[in-house]
Amino acid sequence: MSSPEPRVLTFREALREAMVEEMERDASIVLLGEEVGEYNGAYKVSEGMLKRFGERRVVDTPIAETGFAGVGIGAAMVGLRPIVEFMTWNFSLVAYDQIVNNAAKLRYMTNGQFTLAIVFRGPAGAAHALSAQHSQAVESLYAHVPGLKVVVPSTPGDGKGLLKAAIRDDNPVCFLESETMYALKGEVPGGEHVIPLGVAEVKRPGRDLTLVTWGKMIHMAMKAAEALAAEAIDVEILDLRTIRPLDRAAVLSSVRRTHRLLVVQEGWPFAGVAAEIVALATTEAFDELDAPPARITNLDVPMPFATNLEQAVLPSVPRVVEAARRLVGRTS
Amino acid sequence: MDAALLLGLYRQMTLCRRFEEAAARAYQQGKVRGFLHLCIGQEAVAVGAISAAAPTDYIVATYREHAHYLARTDDARGAMAELYGKATGCVGGRGGSMHLFDASKRFLGGWAIVGGHVPIAAGVAFASKYRDEPDVTLCFFGDGTANQGAFHEGLALASLWKLPVVFICENNMYAMGTPLYRTLAVEDVAIRARGYPIEAEIVNGDDVLEMREAVRHAVERTRKTKEPFFLEAKTYRFRGHSMSDPAKYRTREEVAEWMKRDPIFMLGERMGTLGIATPEQLAAVDEEVKAVVRDAVEFAESSPEPALETVEDHVES
Repeated sequence: MSSPEPRVLTFREALREAMVEEMERDASIVLLGEEVGEYNGAYKVSEGMLKRFGERRVVDTPIAETGFAGVGIGAAMVGLRPIVEFMTWNFSLVAYDQIVNNAAKLRYMTNGQFTLAIVFRGPAGAAHALSAQHSQAVESLYAHVPGLKVVVPSTPGDGKGLLKAAIRDDNPVCFLESETMYALKGEVPGGEHVIPLGVAEVKRPGRDLTLVTWGKMIHMAMKAAEALAAEAIDVEILDLRTIRPLDRAAVLSSVRRTHRLLVVQEGWPFAGVAAEIVALATTEAFDELDAPPARITNLDVPMPFATNLEQAVLPSVPRVVEAARRLVGRTS
Repeated sequence: MDAALLLGLYRQMTLCRRFEEAAARAYQQGKVRGFLHLCIGQEAVAVGAISAAAPTDYIVATYREHAHYLARTDDARGAMAELYGKATGCVGGRGGSMHLFDASKRFLGGWAIVGGHVPIAAGVAFASKYRDEPDVTLCFFGDGTANQGAFHEGLALASLWKLPVVFICENNMYAMGTPLYRTLAVEDVAIRARGYPIEAEIVNGDDVLEMREAVRHAVERTRKTKEPFFLEAKTYRFRGHSMSDPAKYRTREEVAEWMKRDPIFMLGERMGTLGIATPEQLAAVDEEVKAVVRDAVEFAESSPEPALETVEDHVES
């Protein structure tokens, strides 16, 4: 049903196309969430899906994250393949018990008697001026947990391909989108487009240092890399795409080429994904490193509201440029 | 009265009782570790309820689920070996006492966060309804669950979406060590259900026949209407919350009073009165299940531990 030719789609259109194609293919897939039906999605990702699939398969839920996440898990235990939309991942914290204690544990705790094909998806991270309770990057909270997969796409094409793979996966997958990226346009390959989970991609090849990041930080990192290119610092950007399972080989292979590592992570530094990548490089490729690995993350504070403060908290081009200069031994 | 039925219920309850007594002994010997929550005194709830459901109806239970597991599966070996943490346990030593599962018998746990399984049971029922299958889900939980958010969200969604689930509250009057009057602002948990609104009944959970009849009615009704139903079974646990709880918050007199209403004893008496079974016949049933439990203990003790190289199996595919 998908166009055989590549097209330019917005991120939200690409995600919708992934869900629609998969739901056309597999009658066991349902979409559950707040405002996904009549309202056509809080961010219009599910626009038109109620009309297309009916209220049996596109289910508006009350504001009860624990309840509908749990319903998704129960339905998945007996063979449905639910997609559970969180209006934002901030609200997933209300359902953290369901995801961490139930979804993540089920397969192991039952010695493999049950598998759980369920996708939890929605926007995560900071948008603009939403302050402390609506601006959280949650990948570190979920990637910490064995039994969960965590996927963070950075482009419409990846969004479609990775979401299709997540829906087909027999494990619980946390799929983190971004409110600020829903209108982003990008080329989506034609035909059947599925990107396997756990495979990183070099978004920009470079010689001087490896910049590992994912999700919307990719776009900031690309700008930083352009600025650094003007200073003859050649940055390789590795898009993890999947946080867990982590493409360790891709990280190590890039670090072994460039001998320097900078990780850019939206979210808090303490015990975060960036720390995990740094640990990987230092334990597995210590002798290859020509400089101590560095991290650029949110400042270690809840998100403030004021725009200038918010910008200061988030990773930014100037912070990345400065860290890159330091890594290659240039002082500004 | 159907003699075979009554004898069957008597046997199942006695099996649960002897199984848990053996588990408690093994715990005291250090052979069973972790948390061990006994339902001694409450057997009529699980046995009566599960006997009234079809074998294809789903069972979702809590961490106090030995009786429910045995009532559905009759698998004393698999349960005891699981308590021992052995490879032959029903979940290979991954779950222990609190996480018994048998997918093939539609026994869906074994959940140990109070209330967390209530929305899951609603989800299982959601799938049955979605696929237009006739199955009903039985969801068991204790009275302590009635203040937990997940309980309320599970009931709210089951009512809103008309999901075929029968909620069964095992009200033993204590949320761990705290009496219900100190934790619950209403006298009966059933009152909470009616607000959703879910039709609710209160039943004597120590009377296995009353329990069975109430659940039979509830399951039939739910199968037909696809609407949830709520049963509150009043019962009493003779032991502490877990093996580490001496239950000093209850008087000896209170416990003794309830033990007069021991569900196994009461059914035995009734069968005697009705001329269905002599004391000798009941003693023979007891001997038979004791042998089953002895076999389960021997099986557990002689079973191998899980192979170390399997420790990372089944995290994900």
